[in-house]
Amino acid sequence: MTAQDILAVLTRILRDLLLNDSIVLTMETRREEVPGWDSFSYINFIVAVEIEFGVKFKVADVESFANVGAIVTEIMALLRRPRS
Amino acid sequence: MHNAALDPMMSWLPPATDFRAGLRVALDTAKPTDRIRHLASLAGYRLGFLETIQLDRAFQDQRVTEAADFATIRLAVLASSTVDHLLPAIRIAGLRRHLLIETYSGAYGQYRQDLLEPTSRLHQFAPQAVLFSLTVREAIPGIPLTASAAEVDNILARYVDDLRLLWRKARSSFNAMVVQQTFLDVTEPLFGNYDRFVPGSPARIALRLNDLLCEAATQDRILLLDVARACARDGLAAWFDAGRWFHAKLEIAPRATPKYGDLVARILAAQRGMSKKCLVLDLDNTLWGGVIGDDGVEGIVLGSGSAAGEAHVALQRYAKQLKDRGIVLAVCSKNDPQIAEAAFESHPEMVLRRSDIAVFLANWNDKVDNLKIVAARLNIGIDALVFVDDNPVERARIRQSLPNVSVPELPEDVAQYVECLADAGYFEATAFTSEDQNRAQQYAANAERDALLESAQNMAEFLQGLNMSVVSGPFTAVDHARIVQLINKTNQFNTTTRRYTSEEVTQLIGQPNAITLQFRLLDRIGDNGLVSVMILRPSSDLADVFEIENWVMSCRVFGRQLEFEAMNIAVETARRRGAKAFVAHYIPTPKNGVIRELYSNLGFSPLGDTPLADGTQRWFLSLEDYVRKDSCIARFGAAA
Repeated sequence: MTAQDILAVLTRILRDLLLNDSIVLTMETRREEVPGWDSFSYINFIVAVEIEFGVKFKVADVESFANVGAIVTEIMALLRRPRS
Repeated sequence: MHNAALDPMMSWLPPATDFRAGLRVALDTAKPTDRIRHLASLAGYRLGFLETIQLDRAFQDQRVTEAADFATIRLAVLASSTVDHLLPAIRIAGLRRHLLIETYSGAYGQYRQDLLEPTSRLHQFAPQAVLFSLTVREAIPGIPLTASAAEVDNILARYVDDLRLLWRKARSSFNAMVVQQTFLDVTEPLFGNYDRFVPGSPARIALRLNDLLCEAATQDRILLLDVARACARDGLAAWFDAGRWFHAKLEIAPRATPKYGDLVARILAAQRGMSKKCLVLDLDNTLWGGVIGDDGVEGIVLGSGSAAGEAHVALQRYAKQLKDRGIVLAVCSKNDPQIAEAAFESHPEMVLRRSDIAVFLANWNDKVDNLKIVAARLNIGIDALVFVDDNPVERARIRQSLPNVSVPELPEDVAQYVECLADAGYFEATAFTSEDQNRAQQYAANAERDALLESAQNMAEFLQGLNMSVVSGPFTAVDHARIVQLINKTNQFNTTTRRYTSEEVTQLIGQPNAITLQFRLLDRIGDNGLVSVMILRPSSDLADVFEIENWVMSCRVFGRQLEFEAMNIAVETARRRGAKAFVAHYIPTPKNGVIRELYSNLGFSPLGDTPLADGTQRWFLSLEDYVRKDSCIARFGAAA
């Protein structure tokens, strides 16, 4: 899976979650820039992403992802690891 | 990538083939009532975490506060952890049951102030149900590891007593139904296997706390949301996620929310009488393996000797247990009736007997028609049926044609049939009364009465021949559970469909102003049990007038003239209290058309020319002019 593929999935999940198909995510997008993406829907987003990709983020990462690109990078790293 | 269809926690619901497309179609539906129905039907699929939130958001956007065929309830969740993530799942699980749940959640940890402060938002919300969702962590700190068993019990008892005060406060403030969540045991092993021997060990404390909680709940007659039990079934990993706890104080893991919501909605629906009443079973490859028409009675797979045969026996045993707790059993199978019945009569491994089945339909007709016949014969709604069939084509056909029938998505492996049926929680109870224990017998007795009716020349002769008598009196504590159950389960003979919580019924017992009446009908075939309840209160604006606030009667005794004798008794009782007249309301619903003419048949006159805007009809009866209605029912104990 390429970074662009993952970005597309993240975009789809956030659109579903916020019921807003006009959302466009880029690697540089920060949470504060997306209307409605508050801390509560951020947790929901993280959970939905974990379920979708079958991965589990570290709590330290969850609270420090700087932008969408950081999430994509971490997903790619987790997907490369052998499944436990 | 994740496949929601494989989520084991909601296995009884059919997977949604394309949820996003379904949602779009639903939202594009022009007519609002159709749109709501369409959205509600999506709740019947196996939705994951994300789909649940999506559907909830879409439904909330519709701003629906009431809808035809939907019941409504206001639920407050009072919690010591974050619970906002649970609310969408609770609402969606309500939608699945045609129950619109309006939710309230306070700031976490604020529940005490919310309850005690009369001007709080909680008080403005006026909940009809209050759910306490607390964590084991509050109860444990302060208990030293060295505490003796008695010391631990003391501390926990004080904690539970404090909870009981909150339950009572919720009751006295709102007349609300109170539900307490059992404590999720998130404690880690400390001594390991030895934990149970150390009273002060966290694991032992959590166990003990739940024990004391259940005892208190029994005494206070509140209900439990048993997440501890659900977690024991699904595993702690499914219910608790330490990362989410540290991050946002979520006690219930987000992935478990669809199941959590369903457990909550089950209780609320059960209290409203919306639990299922009848289990309809297919035969071939469901109750036994193989096709009896081809394989013969000797050839079917059932019982010891094969693992699959034992699994089919397990399903039969579970069905029998359901019958013993008051669920009616029926059979609906494409089969030759003689061959199908032969298995019940002569196969040595059959657990279910022919006499366990209240309605037995083995024929070649469409199962849609057969299910309608089952509901009609039992005089229950089609939405009270659960249809269990191994054949996906039959299941799809029933879901399509009879969307209100519950159809569990049986797994392919017969070994998991019981688990699937049991986890679905179709038959959730809020009481277990003597009526439940005798229900199967009563349905059998009704079959005997039907035979009597067929042999009688006419209805009058049949009723005379039954030798009926009625026992009546005010509500008593002994009958409390049955009264609550009857009022809340009855949909057909129910004049106002006003529901009463357990607390409200408790208040009515011994309430000197009200007149409460309960009726038990006996006849030569047996005791029909407590089958009717009437609640009258003094009119708020007319002197010497009582208002019939509600009157319900079990469908089991329709057509037996009990309404006549019950009204005779009500009039006599009210006259002794000096009453001069009755006022009554009939509030029509999609289900209570059977009593549209009730009050006019009893001699009431319409009050006002036309029904109110919502269709409510108001009726009036002067007790002085009341003409005693003739009936074939004697007063029990009175000379004939």
